[in-house]
Amino acid sequence: MKRLSLILVLILVAASIVTAQDIKVGGVGPVTGEAATFGVSTKNGIMLAAEEWNAKGGLFNNRKVRIIFEDDKGDPAEGATVYTKLIQQDNVVAIIGTVMSKVTLAGAPIAQAAGIPMISPTSTNERVTMVGDYIYRACFIDPFQGTVGANFAFRDLGARKAAALFDIGNDYTKGLAENFRAQFLRLGGQVVAFEGHPAGATDFKAQLTKILAGKPDVLYVSDYYNDVGLIAKQARELGFKGPMVGGDGWDSPDLVKIGGTAVENGFFTNHYAAADPRPIVQEFVKKYTAKFGAEPDALATLAYDAANIMFDAIKRAGSTKGSAIRDALKTTNLNVVSGQVTFDANRNPIKSAVIIEMKAGKQVYKTTVNP
Amino acid sequence: MKQLKLPKLLIFALIFYSAIQILYGTEILNGYILHIINQSLIYVILAVSLNLINGITGQFSLGHMGFAGVGAYVSGTISTLVFKINPSSPNGMLIFIFAIIVGGLAAAVVGFLIGFPSLRLKGDYLAIVTLGFGEIIRTVFNNIDYVGGPRGLLGIPKFSNFTTIIVAAFITLVVIRNLVESSHGRAMLAVRENELAAELVGVNTTRYKVMAFVIGAFFAGIAGGLFAHLLQMAHPTQFGFIKSVEVLIMIYAGGVGSITGSTIAAFALTFLSEGLRIGIRAIADATGLPIGGEWRMVVYSLLLIFIMLFKTEGLMGTKEAKLIRLKEVQ
Repeated sequence: MKRLSLILVLILVAASIVTAQDIKVGGVGPVTGEAATFGVSTKNGIMLAAEEWNAKGGLFNNRKVRIIFEDDKGDPAEGATVYTKLIQQDNVVAIIGTVMSKVTLAGAPIAQAAGIPMISPTSTNERVTMVGDYIYRACFIDPFQGTVGANFAFRDLGARKAAALFDIGNDYTKGLAENFRAQFLRLGGQVVAFEGHPAGATDFKAQLTKILAGKPDVLYVSDYYNDVGLIAKQARELGFKGPMVGGDGWDSPDLVKIGGTAVENGFFTNHYAAADPRPIVQEFVKKYTAKFGAEPDALATLAYDAANIMFDAIKRAGSTKGSAIRDALKTTNLNVVSGQVTFDANRNPIKSAVIIEMKAGKQVYKTTVNP
Repeated sequence: MKQLKLPKLLIFALIFYSAIQILYGTEILNGYILHIINQSLIYVILAVSLNLINGITGQFSLGHMGFAGVGAYVSGTISTLVFKINPSSPNGMLIFIFAIIVGGLAAAVVGFLIGFPSLRLKGDYLAIVTLGFGEIIRTVFNNIDYVGGPRGLLGIPKFSNFTTIIVAAFITLVVIRNLVESSHGRAMLAVRENELAAELVGVNTTRYKVMAFVIGAFFAGIAGGLFAHLLQMAHPTQFGFIKSVEVLIMIYAGGVGSITGSTIAAFALTFLSEGLRIGIRAIADATGLPIGGEWRMVVYSLLLIFIMLFKTEGLMGTKEAKLIRLKEVQ
């Protein structure tokens, strides 16, 4: 009996030595609540990245990474509690999270005040990284997609005359359209029409007739998939045959159900495409599918990327000090699944977007566009 | 005449306050535990004030967080958008207190407006009306650009701390406890027990129902304001129907009509929800089972079901703790 307890004590001591060397990193996502699928994808992405780093021997000095993942329920109050727990109770050196902007905005001031660097995989609200110099994100912010869409329309589709249609009641679609226009003009193109439609509209013929009178080469539609489907149908009925371009609001299987063949010759910007031939993408898709039994979505991908960006920064910092990791994050230049990533002065990523084409009712990877 | 013996509760509050401060100062308690205590105290204000409407006066409100939302947004607007204060600005604390009180008053005005339909409606119907009101309040915030619309009111200065929150919770307890034992409170209880009989013995039922809504809403508004200045943000989704139900669960688990019960339940459920986080992780680590944080809410809900099965009247029933039991005074 005595020997048994001695062995147990030794095991415990050994275990505590091993864990003392581990580097604790917090992960946050809404694994329950209204956005639970987002949270699960995010958790999977982070866990896969951590596993890979540990298989390679850890972050630095053979120190492995240990993820402490907490659920924020998609609720800001819960988010604040979780961030406080990770920082004060678990003493994590960095945080990867969280998904929804409103929750990230409740957590970010806590991380900033404690000097703990954090990276949000998917919070697109511009205010997130404005909280302070410890706060980064891995996704591009909404307006960026408009810029990429314009580059694609001008350079790849060879359009010189463009028109834009958007929802005037929605920040996201309006922001995309405005940035599209600005970039298209900057490239030397001409914007023949810039029309807003009211929120909840189902008949867009008045706006489309006006737009098509200017004979645009390309139509930029930054709406969500349900509106896009209807707009595409009505535009084709009015005789528009040219390409249509949009943002990640198009990314839904329902787009084809609503728009049918009208969305053919349509292109949209997205964070990543599973069919992207880059080896890093293919390897990630293979590993993720094998482990979790489903193809990774944009959330899993961005979480995987965010984790890799953070681990890479900790490795380069060679330290678990918050300020050292923050400084390393600033100089990130890393090839991740969603592109080659560097950060601008506002800690937003500068990276490429992929263009997806709607072909025969399916999403087909078209190309990668650099900013 | 009976009155709450103030010194006893005050001494208890002071001991509690000093103990926490000392434990935190000596780093035995970390910021995480303190954060949960702060949150629990805010829930105490919410639960006790809802208890005044639902438990004491026997009305059924499902829109309590709507009142908290009014308090959060109004106080947040005053401190963040109008005065633009931060914790280091001169008179910051005074402006913060002013903002919190105005937030409470604004919520009281809304409570007055919602109190009216309760004159004509009872039970389920009243519940639906208050639910609707709560959702209207949330939707209104969602659509006002000045306070951030769907993105929420951001950058609220962090003024709420253990001291300000415990003072507010203490005042809430004393005021509502004394109110219940006053003739007004007795009239409210009479409305709950039998509205017709109360009316027949001369209780102005209309007046007391509206009074319960106004006072309950005032304290909910105070709690909302404190919450906004703790989280440093206010977001429409924080004040929806589901959040109101969370508070409702607290008063039912604690015992409808018992202020002690609401207070204990607010603490117990907030700590339970966080404790399960750590508990489930420990079980998963020890057994190697693939159970994650998502199981926390399952266990939490099961425990609630068990409380209600085995203690139908809630933890305290309608009893009160000795500490806030009233004493005869000459």
